[in-house]
Amino acid sequence: MSEFLSALSEHAFLQTALLAGLLASLGCGVIGTFVVVKRIAFMAGGIAHSVLGGMGAALYYGFDPLLGALLAAILSALLIGTVRLFWKMQEDTLIGALWAIGMAVGILFIAKTPGYATDLMSFLFGNILLVPTRELWFMAGLDLVLMLTVALFYRQFLAVTFDEEFARLRGVPVTFFYLLLLCLVAVTVVLLIQVVGLILVIALLTLPAAIAGHYVHSLGGMMVIATLLGGLFTSLGLGLSYGPDLPAGPTMILLAGGVYVLSALLSRFLTWRGALRQATRA
Amino acid sequence: MFAHTLPPSPFDHGEDASVIPPEAERPEAPVILVRDLSFSYGDSLVLEQVNLSITPGEFVGLVGPNAGGKSTLLKLILGLLAPQTGQIRVLGQPPRQVTRRIGYVPQFPSFPRDFPISVEQAVAMGRLGIGPMLGWQRAADRDAARRALEEVEALDLARRRIGTLSGGQLQRVLLARALAGEPEILILDEPTANIDQRVESDVFDLLAVLNRRLTILLVSHDIAFISDYVSRVACLNRTLIYHGTDAVNAETIQQLYGGHVRLVAHRHSR
Repeated sequence: MSEFLSALSEHAFLQTALLAGLLASLGCGVIGTFVVVKRIAFMAGGIAHSVLGGMGAALYYGFDPLLGALLAAILSALLIGTVRLFWKMQEDTLIGALWAIGMAVGILFIAKTPGYATDLMSFLFGNILLVPTRELWFMAGLDLVLMLTVALFYRQFLAVTFDEEFARLRGVPVTFFYLLLLCLVAVTVVLLIQVVGLILVIALLTLPAAIAGHYVHSLGGMMVIATLLGGLFTSLGLGLSYGPDLPAGPTMILLAGGVYVLSALLSRFLTWRGALRQATRA
Repeated sequence: MFAHTLPPSPFDHGEDASVIPPEAERPEAPVILVRDLSFSYGDSLVLEQVNLSITPGEFVGLVGPNAGGKSTLLKLILGLLAPQTGQIRVLGQPPRQVTRRIGYVPQFPSFPRDFPISVEQAVAMGRLGIGPMLGWQRAADRDAARRALEEVEALDLARRRIGTLSGGQLQRVLLARALAGEPEILILDEPTANIDQRVESDVFDLLAVLNRRLTILLVSHDIAFISDYVSRVACLNRTLIYHGTDAVNAETIQQLYGGHVRLVAHRHSR
């Protein structure tokens, strides 16, 4: 770890990586909270994985893969959201199908693009050490879009995540805000792909918010704590992986996953002890 | 299910003009008007030729067996479903355009109980659609939420998390959420199905007070209990018949439920 800290001041790519992690955690804290309380982790997983189709196509046709990822993520968010709203019968099967189709399309494109192997690995598992500086600006721009949208329509997003039926009765355009929320999830997925890759996106999108949910009981509080936890996991994961030369993404995820499991056990224990105390007092 | 086994006779006359009082007897235009409404889910006809007219200030109890179409009729009046045949007017307009002027209390909360939200915030959501669209909850909305909580005698719950409430407390909070939007009509779907009898009478006493300024439509399966409070009972089992509370007798109940219901003795206090 100390090795990492001294290297951090020398190497610009480490500073860029650290910044990328922090930028990503803003998205994972704010949007991740919605994903957790609305229980749409499976849909978020579908969006994340089908993004490979867009990245593969962009690579094949010579565009920036992140731009392809953004377009594919939004398209897949709209498709998956429409399925969820209007085709409830086989929701999970259809989302699973979109998930797989997106990945298959991506892999076909990448296979037909020369020099695919390294790209595929960094799409799937991320490579935070290779984030170019200009991509930091792209990430900051996405963060800005996320924050602005959530701040402007906070009450509508709260209403749609809390109680769709009641929101509809109060004249909130539920379908619009539901799809918009999924588009924000899509943007967050693209933010996180740089850091941990599309396979592990779902972990950073859910675990920090879920841990926060063990201890705070307001949406805003969860967002703040989850953002801080996201920043902690990405920074600490980067630092821990540097010395032994481990891949950074999986290190971050193991860290987040380990803390989540411990926290779940702890909050379970606290609930149990609270109930016991109430019972013995009675 | 019941609908198919019932003898048709009691309902045949239910759709004639006598159901909607003639113009002369109505001093004010109806707040809810349902005319020749039929609705089916797929093959099963849930509502058949329903006519209903509710005048301002009334407290109408809608009773009937499970699967008799009560909740479907409410959803149609709320504009959550569109009528297939017939017409619905709420405050003189199609339901979708006036839902914001209706306060709705659902039978079951349609939100997860572990949602991280305080009672006050949840009640303030009843203010959506009032005031500017953008931004955070405003002080005015919080004040309105607190007033509504005070009105249902639940102001002490304001800071509590929604998941920690008992059934009776939650019912009051849902009522407060409906009141926070300053509605002209209050529609309640089985508001006391999940709470004990003592709390049930508290809720009804509260509704009696609210009825002084609001028109109320309330769905219940408990015909005996609600007839103490409501000004009129409408009985729905696919088709609709209704009468004043005095006319709810053993025969009506037998027609409605097919004779398997004990009649609970009750007094008519008004």
